[in-house]
This record gives sequence, C-alpha cells and structure tokens, in this order.
Amino acid sequence: MTELRPRRLTGSPLGWLIWGVVIFFFVNLAGVIVAVVVSSFGRRWFDTWLPQGWTADWYGRAWRDFTLGPVLVVTLEVAVLVVGISLLIGVPAAYALARASFPGRRLLLLLFLLPILMPPITYGIPLATVLYKYGFAGHLSGVVLANLVPSVPFVILTMTPFIEQIDPAIERAARMCGARTWQVFLRVLAPLSVPGILAAAILVLVRTVGMFELTFLTAGPDSQTLVVALYYSMSSAGIRAQQSVDAMAVIYTSMMLVLLVVALRFVNPTQLVARVGDEEK
Amino acid sequence: MTALRHRLADRGIDRHLLLLLPAAVFVVVLFIYPFFYGIGLSLQPAEGGPLGAYRRFFTDAYLRDTITTTLGLALPAALLNVLASVPIAYRMRGRYRGKRVLTTLLVLPITLGTVLTAQGLLNFLGPTGWFNRVLQSTGLTDAPVRLTNNYWGVFFSLVITGFPFAFLLVSSYLSGIDPALERAAATLGAGAVQRFRRVTLPLLAPGLATTFCLTFVLAFSVFPSAVLVGDPAGETRVISIAAYEAAYVQYDYVLASAIAVIMGVVELVVLGLVLGWRALLYTGSTAGGKG
Repeated sequence: MTELRPRRLTGSPLGWLIWGVVIFFFVNLAGVIVAVVVSSFGRRWFDTWLPQGWTADWYGRAWRDFTLGPVLVVTLEVAVLVVGISLLIGVPAAYALARASFPGRRLLLLLFLLPILMPPITYGIPLATVLYKYGFAGHLSGVVLANLVPSVPFVILTMTPFIEQIDPAIERAARMCGARTWQVFLRVLAPLSVPGILAAAILVLVRTVGMFELTFLTAGPDSQTLVVALYYSMSSAGIRAQQSVDAMAVIYTSMMLVLLVVALRFVNPTQLVARVGDEEK
Repeated sequence: MTALRHRLADRGIDRHLLLLLPAAVFVVVLFIYPFFYGIGLSLQPAEGGPLGAYRRFFTDAYLRDTITTTLGLALPAALLNVLASVPIAYRMRGRYRGKRVLTTLLVLPITLGTVLTAQGLLNFLGPTGWFNRVLQSTGLTDAPVRLTNNYWGVFFSLVITGFPFAFLLVSSYLSGIDPALERAAATLGAGAVQRFRRVTLPLLAPGLATTFCLTFVLAFSVFPSAVLVGDPAGETRVISIAAYEAAYVQYDYVLASAIAVIMGVVELVVLGLVLGWRALLYTGSTAGGKG
C-alpha cells in the first residue's frame, strides 16, 4: 500500500529524469526572466556578465514615454468587462450543454469549439473588418467584443466537463427534498462549481490581458492594452532604449504575477474538477 | 400545445435550452457572420476570377511555404508540451508539502506573455547572453550558439508559453480521475506501469486530445514571437505573418481573407484528425465508486 502513495516524489530513475527536466526548464526560465529584470535596472549592458552600473530611471522613463497610466486603465477595463460578460453568457450555456441531450447538441458544441480552435489571426482579420464597418473597432467596445469571441467559448469549454462531473443525483436529491430550480442553482450547483467558475475566470483574465492578436487588430490609439503597447515599443525599439522596453515588460509581468498570486490564494487551478479521493485520508 | 411540449421534452427540448440562447446568438453574430463575410471577400479579387486570390497563394512559393513553416513549428511544440506535462503532472498528484508552490512555479510562465518571453529570450539566449556565456566558459562551445532570430528562438518561446497551459489542463484532468480506481487495479495485482497504461492513460486520453488541440492552436497562431525572436522574412515566416502583411501592409483584404481561410482549413484538418480520434475514446464520469 505504501508504494502506491504518490508522496515519495523521487526515487526511481524515471523520477529523477523528470525532476532533472523540470529543473532545467526552471533554470532557463529564471534566466529569461532575470535577464530582463537585470537589464531594466542596468545603466549600460553590452558584452559583459552584468551591466556597468545600476539605475531605476528606466521605469520612470517607460512610464512617461509609453503613457502607461491610461494604458493600464484600458487593460483593466477590458479585462474586467470580458471576464464578467463571458461568465454571464458562458456558465448558463455550459450547464445546459452538460445536462441536456437534444438533437443538434454536437453541432452546437462544435460551434462553441470553433472560436477556440481557430487561430485568432484567422477570424481576427475578418472580424476586425466587420467591426470597422459598424464603427466598433478603434474603441474600447471593439476590443471587448473581439476579446469576448474566444472567451465565451473558453468558459463554456472549461465549465462543461466541470459541471458534467457534478453528480446529477445531487440535483435530483435536492429536488426530492423540495428545492425549487433557483434553489438548486444557488444552494447546490453554485457552491459546487465555484472552483470551476473561479478557475475559468482566472484563465479568461490571463488570456485577455495577454491576448495580443485580437486587441492588436481592433485597438485604436486610445484603446491599446498593455501587451499591444509593449509590442509597438519593442518593434520600434530603434527609437527607444532597450532598457526602457525591458522596464515596461517587467511592469507587465509584475501585474500578471500579482493577478496570478492573488488568484492562486483563492483557487487551486489544478483541481478544476471534483476533488475525488484526494481528501479521503 | 401541451402535447407538443411533451413530445419535444421527450426529445430533450425544453425551457432549459433557453440558457444556451445568448451564447449561441453571440457566437453566430461575432464569429460565424464575420467568418462568412471573410470567405465572401476572399472570393472577390480584382482579377483572376473567384479563386484568383487562392491561386495566387498556391503559386507563390513565398506564400505557399508558410504552411509548412507553421506546421513545422506548431506540431513539435504542441506535442512536446503535452508529452512533457503528462509525467510531471502524474508525479505531482496527491497531497504533499509545497505542492501549491510547485504548481504556482509551473504555471508562472503564463504571466510572462509572448512579448516579455521574446525580450527575455533575446537577452538570455542571444550571442552575448548568459546561456552562451555559460556554454563558452565551461568550454562546451567555442563560438556562440545561435538560438535567437531563427527557428529555435520561436520554438523555445512556444514551449515557455504553451507548457503551463498544457500542464494546467493535464493536471486538472488527472485530479478528476479517482485514485481509488488505481488502488483497485493494484489490489488485482497490476504494477505501476500497468496501472498507468491500462487505467489512468485511457481515462486521461480524451483530456490529452483536448489539451493537444488547445496548445496546438496557441502554437499555430504564433505571431508576435515569430516576428520578435524569429526570422520573420525567412525561417519563421509563419502563415499569420503573411496574413498580417497582406491586410495591414499591402491593404489587400482579399488576399488577407484568402490566407485567413487557408489557415483555418489547415488547422481544422489537424484538429479534425485529433478530435476524430478522441471521439473513439471513453468519455464520462471518472469519479469511480458506485454507479
């Protein structure tokens, strides 16, 4: 029985190999991140191990040069709107898909899968054309609409298996005990699916803040999110100092990091699905 | 009226389905309609008949070869991400100290985004970056290994951004599989390898197919990193660069729409194969126990 417990993390040669790969991945990842951070604090850095001299000036310069204040506000607005709307539309649909079987269910599921399965550039170009035609693109509303296209199906796709794994017998039992439909939703389904909803919200939030293509194609000058502003600053790097781009990238990452750490305090994303067996002992 | 409603309810059509309406309308208006608009646009070139833009794409090697370039990047990257996350997620099941920290660390790269990853890779793997410095000072190589502004730069960027997603999804699928099933197999005399191959893997396989699809989509639509850490005019001229150039550099919306359609078709072929295979697998409750 003891050998079955996954508590012993090391031991077999395969285990060591896996940990070796993980550590190698982390070392290089740390290198990638630290290189940017060090560069953003460095005065000048050419062919040496570390920069010559340190300074924090690049942050102030990046903040002014790229007008980061408004950009951050736009990013936040877009993210909150997209998460809220996509949950409102997506969760009920996921419930219906998980529970009901009706003619055309598979077709509908395919319809919801398509926007996730298509590369954003594929539908982003025609979508941007249509949004420009009706005057949405170039504003915040266009960016939000475009970002909702993959987010709504993403919520549906992550929530459907989650709700499927909630035993329908629980709902039936609640009904047997006299609960009404709204009570079933509020008192039984909602508490059981909170981890799923939170996880879906986090994933959508992270995807939206990091979504480059759709925002890039639909944003106007005053509706750029941080990642798009960052891309522009990097692709026109000849004009700006490299370090100020690094500083901006660090700001972007710290923001995402805060989001993620806050999120992980409330939800364990690897337990999107029912925590069976894990807590037995 | 009541009879009709009962008949429909028998086939599964009742008021519950209204929950689906907003999502369905949304997808039709913002996804299906623009998509057909794009297809329509791609069939109206200024010259060469309805298929002119497509003919141009397939006769021009500079455009045509972007398909193989993209697949050459996306397929290996997605496969590596999924295959690497299975053993790691499998090892990390159960409860032990520091699990949350480890999970956070593995999921961390999601926060980086493509642009910071690109910037970091340029700094770290570049000719004067730390990676090459370590290689040279330990005597493994004499000249710097070129890992940026070519295929490898983009590949690493795809692994860094794609792996956390794959890991997160695989772990969540794994945590939904009741460990009691494996314990049951063990009491019947199955060894560790057998338990994995005959119990866990079949239950996990549909999840793996979904994960592969999602990571493949991420990798297939690679655009910023292909421009920033790749060689956008040569080795990593992926199909999205061609589409972007057609639309926003040459303002040739017809060709851009045609490229977008081709891109979609190529991807759907790959996903169709994977999902077709998934449909053959067992899907359903993985909770074990009675029932």
